Amino acid sequence: MKGLKKIIEQSDNIIFGLAAAPGLEIGHAFKYSKENISIKDSYVPDVEEAVNNFNDALRQSKKEMLKIFNFAKDKMGEVRAAIFEAQLMILDDPVLISNIVSRIEKEKRLPEYIVNHEISKYQQLMILSSESYLKERAMDIEDIKNRIIRNLQKKRWASKIVLDAIVVSENLTPADAILFTKSNAKAYITDRGGLTSHAAIIARSLDLPAVVGTHDGCQKINDEDLLIVDGFHGLVVVNPTEEQLNFFRHKIEHLNKIDAGLRELRDKPAITLDGREILLMANVDITGEIDTTITNGAKGVGLVRTEQIIEEMGEIPDEETQTKIYTNLSNRIYPESITIRAFDIGGDKVKQLNLKEANPFLGLRGIRFLLANEDLLKTQIKAVLRSSINKNIQFMVPMVSAVDEIIKTKEIISGCMKELKHKGVHFDKNIRIGIMVEVPSAAVMAKEFGEHVDFLSIGTNDLIQFIMAVDRGNDIVSDLYQEFHPAVLRTLQHIVIEGKKSGVSISICGEMAADTLAVPILVGLGLDCMSVSPSAIPSIKRTIRAINCSSAKLLAARCLKMSTEKEVTAEIEKYFHENNIERTRNII
Amino acid sequence: MIEVTAKIVNRAGLHTRPAATIVKIASKYKSQFFISKDGFKIDGKSIIGVMTLAAEMGSELALSFEGVDEVEMSNEISDLIKRGFDEL
Repeated sequence: MKGLKKIIEQSDNIIFGLAAAPGLEIGHAFKYSKENISIKDSYVPDVEEAVNNFNDALRQSKKEMLKIFNFAKDKMGEVRAAIFEAQLMILDDPVLISNIVSRIEKEKRLPEYIVNHEISKYQQLMILSSESYLKERAMDIEDIKNRIIRNLQKKRWASKIVLDAIVVSENLTPADAILFTKSNAKAYITDRGGLTSHAAIIARSLDLPAVVGTHDGCQKINDEDLLIVDGFHGLVVVNPTEEQLNFFRHKIEHLNKIDAGLRELRDKPAITLDGREILLMANVDITGEIDTTITNGAKGVGLVRTEQIIEEMGEIPDEETQTKIYTNLSNRIYPESITIRAFDIGGDKVKQLNLKEANPFLGLRGIRFLLANEDLLKTQIKAVLRSSINKNIQFMVPMVSAVDEIIKTKEIISGCMKELKHKGVHFDKNIRIGIMVEVPSAAVMAKEFGEHVDFLSIGTNDLIQFIMAVDRGNDIVSDLYQEFHPAVLRTLQHIVIEGKKSGVSISICGEMAADTLAVPILVGLGLDCMSVSPSAIPSIKRTIRAINCSSAKLLAARCLKMSTEKEVTAEIEKYFHENNIERTRNII
Repeated sequence: MIEVTAKIVNRAGLHTRPAATIVKIASKYKSQFFISKDGFKIDGKSIIGVMTLAAEMGSELALSFEGVDEVEMSNEISDLIKRGFDEL
């Protein structure tokens, strides 16, 4: 089957936007636009009546907002509904209300003119801000402003739409987004708005796909058009071809299966048919993914990529900030364990440090960079130690290629421990220290490294690149990036056998472990701890539960003797077929 | 009058929910309450005013309280901000 890239490239019926809420939907378009409100400005002879009208409009608006707030609370819970509570509070804002009333009295102008002018002043302040989320807040306030004005003009708004439609709109207010669910809206597409718009947030909490920031969606889409909304990739297919339709229908079918599987597997252990339990953990990039990890039934976090925090914050966070982040992670995953990897800076990661190297992948990266910038390393170690009081944190060092590097790192860790002890700070004195095995020298010397650390974690992405001497980002040679190449399998076997001689625990955290096809081989090689991306956990768990450890060992033994990747994958596929194991690909 | 500075420590900053919480607490008290940031001063009992403050994590707010219950009010609000609006 063709991939997504093939399905959308050279098609002129695709609209791109931002992936605001995940999910896939196929349905008919309903274009929604609010009638424009025209504001009159005239002299009012009877000020008292004007103020009364304003108060009536406020009362009516409050009644409407209260209904929406209660509905939202029901639909998405108190915390998520807070936006509507804030809107409701604006209708009670003492400063705003008294300003409006005193202006009506003083200027003797129509209340709708004063309301518009007064609230727009605040919106202007928000729009001028450099903070993107404040621009979105201006939109939320627009809703309240128009609501009061509409009630002053004694008009009604219809939030009724065609049933089961995909709503296409220039912009959606939070109130629209929530009210449309009464008509079973299936998905949202908005031309304006960003990921922090409340419409996006609401779509996420309602579990409806949304694509925002499509710019000219309203022009390109007509009512009743058949649409495919892909909230994973942020794209909309307008009047899809039969091929496109089949592609996405197939995807949706898969998704539903995964969802069902997810629910079914969440609380079940990752255990083979013959009783070998595999510790299945999650790799997380940012703190938000912890939720998925927990709901997807992972046993702890096998890898936290801390350099993502730098990327997200745009700077290297200080000890305080890091401590807070790590403590929060530790608390949320407790009693399971969490492995924090030191900043893996260099190579292709964290570009802003701007090192000019001819060969960055072989240059100052990982632990090399950290040892050359000791203060940075010390700050991180201290933050990790300070967060370790739950005793569920492990610390992992990336890109180690020589034993000296780990000896030096451990000296620095001891120094940091002394410093903290001196200050009276509590930490886990027995914190487990480990290394990533992702450089051939570390793989070859697994036993010697194992004597210095508590655990080894195999990072297959780099390891395969170095074994095959191929840059997988380079299209011309990326065919040679072969995770099932016998050289890769033999290296994994060597690490497991040699590493176990030193008594350390060994895990695998590269993308290879997230490939269902790799599961029997990895289990067969004796790897009993895997860490994969949260979305891959259900399919990996399902595969583990469908295989026998004994037959997986035999499979691994056969594959280790082969000489090409082609032979290996054919052998694995045969194994899946013969044992009737369903292959659910990770499709997202 | 009591004047204190408070640093925003929660990741998301003074977004809608914390803004609403500040205003709700402030409204329980009789004293006047103002928040200043970057030379911009707003009434802490006005939700629409507090919403216009672009106070991201790390930014400093100058708070002033004046009235019969200013001590209690300043304690409760400073404490709320210090706790990161319970979002930490």
